[in-house]
Amino acid sequence: MPAYLLARLFSAVWVTFGVVSLVFFMIHWVPGDPVDVMLGESGAAADREALRHALGLDQSLWLQWGQFLRGVPVGDLGQSLYFQEGVSTLLAQRFGATAELAAAAFVIALVIAVPTGIIAAARRGSAWDTGAMGFSLLGVSIPNFWLGPLLVLVFSLGLGWFPVSGRGAPLSLVLPAITLGTALAAVLSRMIRSSLLEVMSEDFIRTARAKGLSPYQVWVRHGLRNAWLPVLTVLGMQLGALLGGAVITETVFNWPGVGSLLVESIQRRDYPVVQGGVLMISLCYVVINLATDLLYARIDPRIRLGQL
Amino acid sequence: MKTVSIAGLVLISWVFLSLIAPWLPLHPERMALPAILEGPHSHAWLGNDDLGRPVLDRLLVGARTSCWVAGGVVSLSLLFGTLLGSSAAYLGGYWDRVLVMLLDIFMAFPGILLAIALAGLLGPGIGNLVIALSLVGWVGFARLARAQVLSMKQREHVLAAQALGTRRRRIIQRHLLPLIAAPLVVEATFAVAAVVVAESGLSFLGLGVQPPEASWGSMIRDGVRYLLVAPHLVLAPGIALFLVVLSVNLLGDRLRDRLDVRGGRS
Repeated sequence: MPAYLLARLFSAVWVTFGVVSLVFFMIHWVPGDPVDVMLGESGAAADREALRHALGLDQSLWLQWGQFLRGVPVGDLGQSLYFQEGVSTLLAQRFGATAELAAAAFVIALVIAVPTGIIAAARRGSAWDTGAMGFSLLGVSIPNFWLGPLLVLVFSLGLGWFPVSGRGAPLSLVLPAITLGTALAAVLSRMIRSSLLEVMSEDFIRTARAKGLSPYQVWVRHGLRNAWLPVLTVLGMQLGALLGGAVITETVFNWPGVGSLLVESIQRRDYPVVQGGVLMISLCYVVINLATDLLYARIDPRIRLGQL
Repeated sequence: MKTVSIAGLVLISWVFLSLIAPWLPLHPERMALPAILEGPHSHAWLGNDDLGRPVLDRLLVGARTSCWVAGGVVSLSLLFGTLLGSSAAYLGGYWDRVLVMLLDIFMAFPGILLAIALAGLLGPGIGNLVIALSLVGWVGFARLARAQVLSMKQREHVLAAQALGTRRRRIIQRHLLPLIAAPLVVEATFAVAAVVVAESGLSFLGLGVQPPEASWGSMIRDGVRYLLVAPHLVLAPGIALFLVVLSVNLLGDRLRDRLDVRGGRS
């Protein structure tokens, strides 16, 4: 296996270990005692000790850390303090909804951003360009917890086209996905535009024009195919923002995903679930980034051969 | 040119109003029971909320919240991020490797997710909010400062200073930081927008400032329940938030072009 891929895989494993550890220590260092949550502050001392022992909290922090590290690979993330159920079971129940929302938002972002970015670059300086970049600036600046209620106000309460919240019929996916996808669409269209403009000033484009290729061939076969590469690298990182944004969007729309479970668990001080939820979303992000990097190496031989 | 002037005006009013807010005759907690959920009228220009409190007064208090949090978080992140990033890059070796490992781990979290978790765990309150957001915010500055110093540290004037036996601290302060200031200023501008959104977002989730303090985010959250009968409760803080963020982003774009960061935007 080429050195680049090995290095990339190794770094992903290391980062995963770091993420798991950081989340563990974050939860264990901050104030707040799970025993207080379960028994209330007035519980009898003996009961508290018994519970502390049952939860393994009387062991040293290092021992607990080791146990947690051993548990993660086999999907053992501890027990919820509130539901009396395994954290991984709870997360598994909610994961589908989050994946569905994120995927829909991603598709919406692509459908908006790709044509917008291309038109803006092709008609640089025109009203199309100004309009597209204006839209992009608006999209980046509008917070999803405000865009969500606005869309509900107009399209659910006003026009009655979509349900206000919750997950049910396919229509219920539309507004949350638009809310979540808008920021990504805005960032992506701007990136596509600038990357395409950069590529179109390259020598090989001049050559392609000089040898008499049609504009379609120049733009799509020579321009777009090269413009995609830088967009792809940043896309992996932008998907992280999408996953983070999903936490807020899910709360806005009462969407039963990992994000809304996370926020509910913070309010209930259900630490193991918070820990598991943060871990799950972050690990998804690590995997996505690894996948984009590997894909990038596959598409662009220069990366594979270590020439870039 | 014109749009930038408007953006500047919005930002100046934002900062100015937050500074003078304590001396304004505001009554963000005065409840006028007959005026519950009433729209804009002569006594309350932006109407009243679900407890009959004047929306305009709360909006101004919220402006102060967002302005203080943004100022605090961006200053702290800029300070610590730049310090850590530039020192690690200049010293190289072990310290640099440790910093890169740390940055890799922090960047494996979606930023807002880490902020939500930290704010939730630390508990509500404006101080914890600033801590949580700064713990997330320093990463970007450290990464940028590190990359910039790495690209600058072999310049002739730095080598000359080294040859003359200048102290490391002085080289970083006098010979490197001024050179990397432009991209950091641009980054800081965009960070203001990000922090304003994050503060409101956390307050929207109930993890930020607590009642009776006001934040645009918590105003939106409280208003959502009355969206049909009193949309002004969501519209007013949302428009304020949107205008501030939009203006900061506009200014950041302009600044980036002006300072020619990242080799000039195509």
